Amino acid sequence: MNAMTPEWIDVGAESDIPLRGARVVRSAAGDIAVFRAADGSVFALRDRCPHKGGPLSQGIVHGHGVTCPLHNWVISLETGEAQGADHGCTPKIPVQRLDGRILLDAQAIARLAVPHG
Amino acid sequence: MAKQKLVVIGNGMAPGRALEKLFELAPDAYEVTIFNAEPRVNYDRIMLSPVLSGEKTFEQIVIHGDGWYIDHGITLYKGHKVTEINRDARTVTSEHGETVPYDKLIIATGSNPVIIPVPGHQLPGVLTYRDLDDVHAMMLAAKSGGKAVVIGGGLLGLEAAAGLQAQGMEVVVLHLMPTLMERQLDPAAGYLLQKAVESRGIKVHCKANTHEITGTDRVTGVRLDDGTIYPADLVVMAVGIRPNAGLAKMAGLEVNRGIVVSPDMRSSDPDIFALGECAEASGQVFGLVAPLYDMAGVVARQLTGDATAAFSPQATATKLKVTGIDLYSAGDFADAKDREEIVLRDPMRGVYKRLILKDNILIGAVLYGDTGDGPWFFDMIRRGTDISEMRETLIFGQGYQGGGLADPMAAVAALPDEAEICGCNGVCKGKITTKIAELGLTSLDAVRAHTKASASCGSCTGLVEQVIRLSLGDSYNPAAVQPMCGCTDLGHDDVRRLIKAKELKSIPAIMQELGWKTSCGCAKCRPALNYYLICDWPGEYADDSQSRYINERVHANIQKDGTYSVVPRMWGGLTSAKELRAIADVVDKFAIPTVKVTGGQRIDLLGVKKEDLPAVWSDLNQAGMISGAAYAKGLRTVKTCVGTDWCRFGTQDSTGLGVKIEKFMWGSWTPAKVKMAVSGCPRNCAEATCKDVGVICVDSGYEIHFAGAAGLDIHGTQVLGHARTEDETIEIIAALTQLYREQGRYLERIYKWAKRVGSDSIKKAVIEDTARRRVLFDRFVLSQRYAQIDPWAERVAGKDAHEFAPIGTLGLPQAAE
Repeated sequence: MNAMTPEWIDVGAESDIPLRGARVVRSAAGDIAVFRAADGSVFALRDRCPHKGGPLSQGIVHGHGVTCPLHNWVISLETGEAQGADHGCTPKIPVQRLDGRILLDAQAIARLAVPHG
Repeated sequence: MAKQKLVVIGNGMAPGRALEKLFELAPDAYEVTIFNAEPRVNYDRIMLSPVLSGEKTFEQIVIHGDGWYIDHGITLYKGHKVTEINRDARTVTSEHGETVPYDKLIIATGSNPVIIPVPGHQLPGVLTYRDLDDVHAMMLAAKSGGKAVVIGGGLLGLEAAAGLQAQGMEVVVLHLMPTLMERQLDPAAGYLLQKAVESRGIKVHCKANTHEITGTDRVTGVRLDDGTIYPADLVVMAVGIRPNAGLAKMAGLEVNRGIVVSPDMRSSDPDIFALGECAEASGQVFGLVAPLYDMAGVVARQLTGDATAAFSPQATATKLKVTGIDLYSAGDFADAKDREEIVLRDPMRGVYKRLILKDNILIGAVLYGDTGDGPWFFDMIRRGTDISEMRETLIFGQGYQGGGLADPMAAVAALPDEAEICGCNGVCKGKITTKIAELGLTSLDAVRAHTKASASCGSCTGLVEQVIRLSLGDSYNPAAVQPMCGCTDLGHDDVRRLIKAKELKSIPAIMQELGWKTSCGCAKCRPALNYYLICDWPGEYADDSQSRYINERVHANIQKDGTYSVVPRMWGGLTSAKELRAIADVVDKFAIPTVKVTGGQRIDLLGVKKEDLPAVWSDLNQAGMISGAAYAKGLRTVKTCVGTDWCRFGTQDSTGLGVKIEKFMWGSWTPAKVKMAVSGCPRNCAEATCKDVGVICVDSGYEIHFAGAAGLDIHGTQVLGHARTEDETIEIIAALTQLYREQGRYLERIYKWAKRVGSDSIKKAVIEDTARRRVLFDRFVLSQRYAQIDPWAERVAGKDAHEFAPIGTLGLPQAAE
């Protein structure tokens, strides 16, 4: 099987996540934060701020960004990159929306478990 | 040379402006005496409507405070009505018998409201709308609610109606003519205005001819010629004004409708000037402020010997000061044969614009719904600009001239120096730019102070700021006002003012109306807006949990590892064996790793997993404990000592009072956290003198302290005042908290707020002015009705359960080979 072929897993309904909110998906590779922006778009990031590991799922969602609850870093939901003067990146998980359901790329989640070289 | 004696009868806006100009031109020429029939200083009469609607206080509309009169050596007789002018002896005499000689005299007696002499017009409960006393009478009447009828659908009548409705009355407007404000508006705009007024819940009855005001001891209603009866507890007559020229007439001056003046503003006696609404110039009398200020300038220059100064009436512009209704009219817009008009209607946006042209010159404009181009049109009217070149696009406004949407800065840059920026005070662009250059002004406040631009009704503030930015370039920081965040240029105070003024009741409404630059704000502005809305619209606004910081969203404090700490409320720091046992059980059951006593006399359970929170709360709730709000921008703790219950030095029941305060105030949201303490004697074991609010019990009662801090900054408290009873203490503390809730900027602690607004103003509001204290207290009580809900119990009952559980759990798929 090709490593680049996504393997989509259903993690829940879009309506399970409030607009401008987030929920957590627990995985053996660590928590995934699944965000739903005001415009309805859905994003998934590893639930760890690149700064000090804060749970991004607990932050305030605004536009396509989230503010970490620990020290107010703003992380882009589209790229996982810290915005503004801060530098750092948290891994992004590809998301697909299908008939009101949210699917995450299981391969990408699995790769989170592999320690970075 | 001895100073000449100048006597002024009347202390309204026009003579105030004349004196200002006079002191500017010749500071030492005259010794000035003013007689004011109203018992107060000069204030901005244009702003009475915002006072009536509760958007401003009297202090905010004062033009010249007592200090101004002292600084200029003016003798001001407040509450002295002048009863006689003796032109032979050159003296004036007041009703209290004060006689003062004059070399020059200014009569500025203003106008009287017209009272329609229908039966019943003298009944108690029938008021006019003219001065602050009328406003106070209306506000008093509105306190008991009930129904009001406003007779007169002109500018004043509509402002009165909106104000009375804002004060909670049910309001009907009766208007004699077929459409509202027919002197300023054409019928189409009058119709739009009527719809807008009615959509606010004010009933409008046009073509209403008042037959009588009914009632025997006091007013009970109004009956029209057609038989319609409107019940009323209050009737306000706002049908017009009439120059108050009686005194001049008695003195033998020439009086027609008003006191007749020649272009030099002198009456038929060359040593006597008439000025303002009482004066008649070129056969016209005037009621709007711009021409009156023009007159004032002429009088000042004549008084300093400039015989060339002359008054000539100019086109005027009017803006309706009813929040949420944008209406602007200028110049002459009556239909006539030789006139053409250009009309734009956009029913979806509720926009109506009509321009009246004569020989390719703009002579009148009526704008409804979108009034941004009003000053631009008005400038062309005053200058008689030939518009044939831009006729095709004229009605779309300045932004569409010269192709494409120009940015507003370019539009302001294009204005000539003579273009009027501030209509109320007649300030043109050139004056602003000159003063900025001359005096090195750098802020809006400084420009206001030195030019008066935007200092009256304030609707031109944006324009004035653009002129400043044009002069100073990027070095202008419009934020002596610091913007709330990157999403807006507005500061916290402006946003708070506009939330009230425009009645914005949701975060999207604020962002839409105030032009937020981002689609849904950021983590700085959203929690602030959420708080402002909760504070300003208690019971109406539904809390937006997605705009709350996580701690407030889940009623616990997030820790560095993503777990939470939980603090149950312990009233006044008291606990019991039962509560402690329940806490111990919870600690065991959920394997909570750390238990600690806090600085505010509470017990903190640290390291609780998020998904355990509802179960932890449930157990604590069952033992009678509620959330301790240790996470809240709100009331945190009231720390106490043991007081007279146990302590040999205690003077009062400090523990009991602390518990009472905490039970009364818990749940309240505030701009930042509020920590309190009550000490039973001046030894101050509860450390009340470094709290946001502290009470020190003494033999004679309770010393109330505020504005302390012991965090990043260390500040001892200041004494706010002294109370004799526990009830009085609680009333003062609640009023103080409410004032802070209404004025504080989000995240601004009490000590910073007090420093910004001045402790004296706070003491005045909650100690000296007991009526104001009561009003604040009542508002606090009202907001508590919606705030004292234990969030833990709500969560235990299942509210927003999604918040605490993961959406799902995944096994680890095999990583691809």
